[in-house]
Amino acid sequence: MFGKAIDKYASPENAYALSSRLTPWFGWVTLVLLLAGLWGSLVYAPPDYEQGESFRIIYLHVPAAWMSMFIYVVMAAAGAVGLVWKVKLMDAVARGCAPIGAIYTFLTLVTGMLWGKPMWGTWWVWDARLTSELILLFLYLGYLALQAAIDDRRTAARAGAVLALVGVVNIPIIHFSVEWWNTLHQGPTITRMDGPSIHISMLIPLVVMVLAFKTYFITSLMLRVRCEILEQEKNSSWVRELAAAERD
Amino acid sequence: MSQVAEFLYMGGYAFYVWSSFLLSLIVMVAHLIQPWRREKRILRELRNRQIREANRS
Repeated sequence: MFGKAIDKYASPENAYALSSRLTPWFGWVTLVLLLAGLWGSLVYAPPDYEQGESFRIIYLHVPAAWMSMFIYVVMAAAGAVGLVWKVKLMDAVARGCAPIGAIYTFLTLVTGMLWGKPMWGTWWVWDARLTSELILLFLYLGYLALQAAIDDRRTAARAGAVLALVGVVNIPIIHFSVEWWNTLHQGPTITRMDGPSIHISMLIPLVVMVLAFKTYFITSLMLRVRCEILEQEKNSSWVRELAAAERD
Repeated sequence: MSQVAEFLYMGGYAFYVWSSFLLSLIVMVAHLIQPWRREKRILRELRNRQIREANRS
């Protein structure tokens, strides 16, 4: 019942049209934020008094890490809505989230290694923070493999949603791992009860980069959801008309 | 050292800093182009299938 109401207002056709209109705007906003963020993180921010210039990796590592967890929650929530109320658009959203989350998780791990080598003297340690983030990457890859392996889209969406929901348990583990266990990874700097322990000139570029990574996610998600909708609705009349009008 | 060289040198951390930024940029740009091209490919494949169906009947 509830799903029918959503399906009417969030119909794939409407979502596709809305996304086509909004994507360029989000794309331009992302470009501006990203350029501002790059300038802020590479030029404007002063070198750290302990870590020197190497600390600039924070401007990629932290936004990517936050988004890797945020996207997972979005993916699981969309999957759950698709699972319970059978909203096909939400299945498409969940599928669209997975590759973006996977690349952010990958970038979190790689930038973390490139930061860890000069600061800790090692590329990798099997501590709680790093290991739980690696498990997040495997969850994303597992989800993607599942989608690729199951031909029927409904079954794939259901199986993926269940996997995503079970994996949600990993998110608080990643977040609190630096507090629950002894680890080489530093504790939270920004999300502290008594406010961020970072100077404003270093904080501003970080905020800009976080926003850039967020609008990038929205842009990429809209592009991906459009592809999912087209494949999902390929036999409907509006997609047939759209395809007939396509030029090389 | 000139200002540009000093900027590129990154206080001796050039390899780590520039690999991080370059890799992130490449991966993110590539992952935006990929779905953008995929959408066009899907539409063209659907159109070609329609043309084949029309020719058969």
